[in-house]
Amino acid sequence: MELAVFLIFAGLAVVSSLLVVTHRNPVFSVLSLVVTLVSLAVLFVLLGSPFLAAVQVLVYTGAILVLFLFVIMLLNIGREEPGSGGRGQKVAAGIAGALFGGILMLLLWGAYGGQSVPPVDESLVQLQPLARQLLSTYLLPFEMVGLLLLAAVIAATVLARRGDPGGETRR
Amino acid sequence: MTAVPITWYLLLSAILFTVGTVGALTRRNAITIFLSIELMLNSANLAVLAYARLAAARAGDALAATHGQVLVLVVIAVAAAEAAVGLALFIAVYRNRRTIDVTRLNLLRW
Repeated sequence: MELAVFLIFAGLAVVSSLLVVTHRNPVFSVLSLVVTLVSLAVLFVLLGSPFLAAVQVLVYTGAILVLFLFVIMLLNIGREEPGSGGRGQKVAAGIAGALFGGILMLLLWGAYGGQSVPPVDESLVQLQPLARQLLSTYLLPFEMVGLLLLAAVIAATVLARRGDPGGETRR
Repeated sequence: MTAVPITWYLLLSAILFTVGTVGALTRRNAITIFLSIELMLNSANLAVLAYARLAAARAGDALAATHGQVLVLVVIAVAAAEAAVGLALFIAVYRNRRTIDVTRLNLLRW
């Protein structure tokens, strides 16, 4: 059962991630990334983190990717036109990517080759320890993330504000 | 109930990371490059959660998995902040240059 769910959603994630990087239309890429992220959320549940799966769906597909769609439609970006001399770059990137991925996978296989962990039981899936850790041991990183989000809000507002007609940002 | 080996999650994470890397290297549309980077961040999250699961199974205690889960929460928050600032940058660039094709943004190119 667990194996079947893993195989279905892992395959879905790989196929849709390939669509993200190959499709010419950015709107289609964003929608494929939604499929990838939702399948990853399912895998998070399998890994015993249902809370993070919920956060993944809410924050990524609910907020970040909607923001991407807004910007794509705001800027009216159409299909990417085929560029000149892009083929050599694509082939080189493909070879480099295959090498990189192969080495990475060999290393991981060498480190943990086929090692199995017992399936998730309920005693290992608890939200309370996470909440306690987040607000005691990891209180400082938690507050820093809050500060980072505030800084990002201010930075995004300043950057996206309409400047002078001359193009300079008004002070 | 057959358990999934922890290595499979790590291999899936490596595949997704590689796909994201190749996408970031080959695409010319800044938005698609950004999407590839989000994909890479998520594959890293998957690897971290797989390791957290391994730690919890070895220790037999849910507390051992929380360290990795906190890290994933921080990564998601940073990705949200990054998306907001990055997209604002794209809007600012588009307003000045009327394009976000990265091959045409070569003003600083030597």
